[in-house]
Amino acid sequence: MLTVENLRAWGANVDEALVRCLNNESFYLRLVNKALLDPSFDKLAETVSSGDLEQGFDLAHSLKGVCANLALTPICRPIEQITELLRSRTDTDYTALLEEIGSKRSQLIDLL
Amino acid sequence: MTEQKQMNSIPAMSGEGLKRLVLIVEDEFVNRELLNAYLEQDYEILCAETGVEAMRLIYEKSETLSLVLLDLNLPGMNGLDILREIKKDIDLSRIPVIVLTSDAESEVESLSSGASDFIPKPYPRYEIIQARVRRSIELSENRDLIRWTERDHLTGLYNREYFYRYAEQYDVFHRDEATDALVVDVSHFRLINERFGKAYADEILKRIGSELLAIVKETGGIVCRREADTFQVYCPHMADYRSVAERVTDAACGDARGRVRIRIGVCSEVDKASDIERHFDHAKSAADTIRNSFTESVAIYNDELRDKEVYAERLLEDFRDALEQKQFLVYYQPKYHILSPQPRLCGAEALVRWKHPEFGLVSPGRFIPLFESNGLIRDLDNYVWRETAAQIRRWKDHPGRAVPVSVNVSRVDMLDPELTDTLRLIVEENGLDFGDLHLETTESAYTENFEQIIQTVARLRALGFKIEMDDFGSGYSSLNMITKLPFDVLKLDMEFIRTAFSENGNTGILKIMLDIADYLSVPMIAEGVETESQMLTLKELGCDIAQGYYFARPMPADAFGSLLAGSAD
Repeated sequence: MLTVENLRAWGANVDEALVRCLNNESFYLRLVNKALLDPSFDKLAETVSSGDLEQGFDLAHSLKGVCANLALTPICRPIEQITELLRSRTDTDYTALLEEIGSKRSQLIDLL
Repeated sequence: MTEQKQMNSIPAMSGEGLKRLVLIVEDEFVNRELLNAYLEQDYEILCAETGVEAMRLIYEKSETLSLVLLDLNLPGMNGLDILREIKKDIDLSRIPVIVLTSDAESEVESLSSGASDFIPKPYPRYEIIQARVRRSIELSENRDLIRWTERDHLTGLYNREYFYRYAEQYDVFHRDEATDALVVDVSHFRLINERFGKAYADEILKRIGSELLAIVKETGGIVCRREADTFQVYCPHMADYRSVAERVTDAACGDARGRVRIRIGVCSEVDKASDIERHFDHAKSAADTIRNSFTESVAIYNDELRDKEVYAERLLEDFRDALEQKQFLVYYQPKYHILSPQPRLCGAEALVRWKHPEFGLVSPGRFIPLFESNGLIRDLDNYVWRETAAQIRRWKDHPGRAVPVSVNVSRVDMLDPELTDTLRLIVEENGLDFGDLHLETTESAYTENFEQIIQTVARLRALGFKIEMDDFGSGYSSLNMITKLPFDVLKLDMEFIRTAFSENGNTGILKIMLDIADYLSVPMIAEGVETESQMLTLKELGCDIAQGYYFARPMPADAFGSLLAGSAD
């Protein structure tokens, strides 16, 4: 079960996120739950793998904002990196970053 | 949306129980939920997940929406495009927009595209977001209140009073820049109003306002609605405004090409030391010189126009003194009966001249239209009637003979309820017969208050005055109307004579006019007869009476008295 403690242990900046969520833990957890199940994560992996860097940027950019608002720090770092690479349409191998995002997300999904 | 609607749309302050409406445009559920949580207590919230949905809601709620919170990264339509669409629409542009962005680079672009503020991602403390939302709404509502007082409610442009204040401000920042004052006018706007209705006419004015605003955004400067169908622009000097006139005309017409004619009066490179309102009055004078032109769309206020205005102003100033000092002289142009073997003096037309102490003899063409435009013509006509009646009296006494003299009765005189009594008294005071004074009126006098004027003329005729219908055929005539008008003599417009006897002229039209007079059983007077052959042709066609330089020019009373004495039977 996903708890504030789990998230803190995972590396989320829970204190920051809770302030943003009006210090309402259940509201925060509900939003994290929703964010983790956001199909944009899977779409990001698909579009970037298929070479559509433009749509990839849009997806990464959106996810960056969501994760930052929820202070999901371990995911924020690779998301920010991939967003900047995609913003400049950098032709590179995105596999490692996508895998890092995927694995951090999976760690939390397993707790749901 | 009009300013009136905008004012009505400002919800009462939250303390009064009504919540303002805020639209959150955000495709991410989490971000949307957070904003909703921050604002739902104080505001009524609407949400849109796509740009298309956002625009639909913005148009739908344009009158009640207090704020838009806009994410820049949206599916389908970019947030910046939405912002620009809101800001370019005159009805939507009042709605403040706060941009939500995680990119620092987008902040500058958003603000310069018209955003009121921005909120970064990740979001700052919710109290900051609440404060920014509150502040943006307050600023916008305060601005609406200011706009309400300084703006024209139809077009959203400055009103005239505030325009002058902003023009002064403009000068402070552009002291050494050559600046033009423009008046943009719609020619014959009243007819557009009458033909197509007020709603359409208002739409035309809004289009003109929008286009002028777009133009000054490009060139610099400011614009206002001066009044009704007149706009003012104060902008950096341009050598030629024809393309501006064309652009505004195109915008005003829309698909109905040619329906609206725009004219621009320009007071070029104004003297910033003198009163700014005067520059616009000058520009208006220039614009009015091309009111009836189909070919000219721009007129520049120049020395010639200024001299003309100054001259007109002087004439108006001097009018009262001129009346008192009898500077107006009545001249008499003889009228001859031409059907007899030898032309026989049968009447005269009283014509006024102004012997100005400084300008000398001023042409009636300079002062009559001027006095007609401001009502002074009534006093002048009255003066001429009295002078003429007194003169007829003198002729009756010496040389003991007189002929009927026609005097002008202007359109404005015709609307005077005292007219009949005034003329009756003048005749009686001088011991004349009513038939001694003929009254010349034009068809145009009948275009307003037709029934009232018909009654006035009927009363005058019942007393014994003869009515001469002047300038017949000069423009307003309709055969249907002419049969309904009560008159005793038809005076053929001088232009008819000129045209009929010109190189390619045709006297056939004169025959038709004479047939009309014959049909109406009234005599015809031909004006402007200049040669013997003209006189003979008119005689041959059956014209009764003629006047013109061929017989005699208008002459002073003494000279006419001699003519009378010499023509005694």
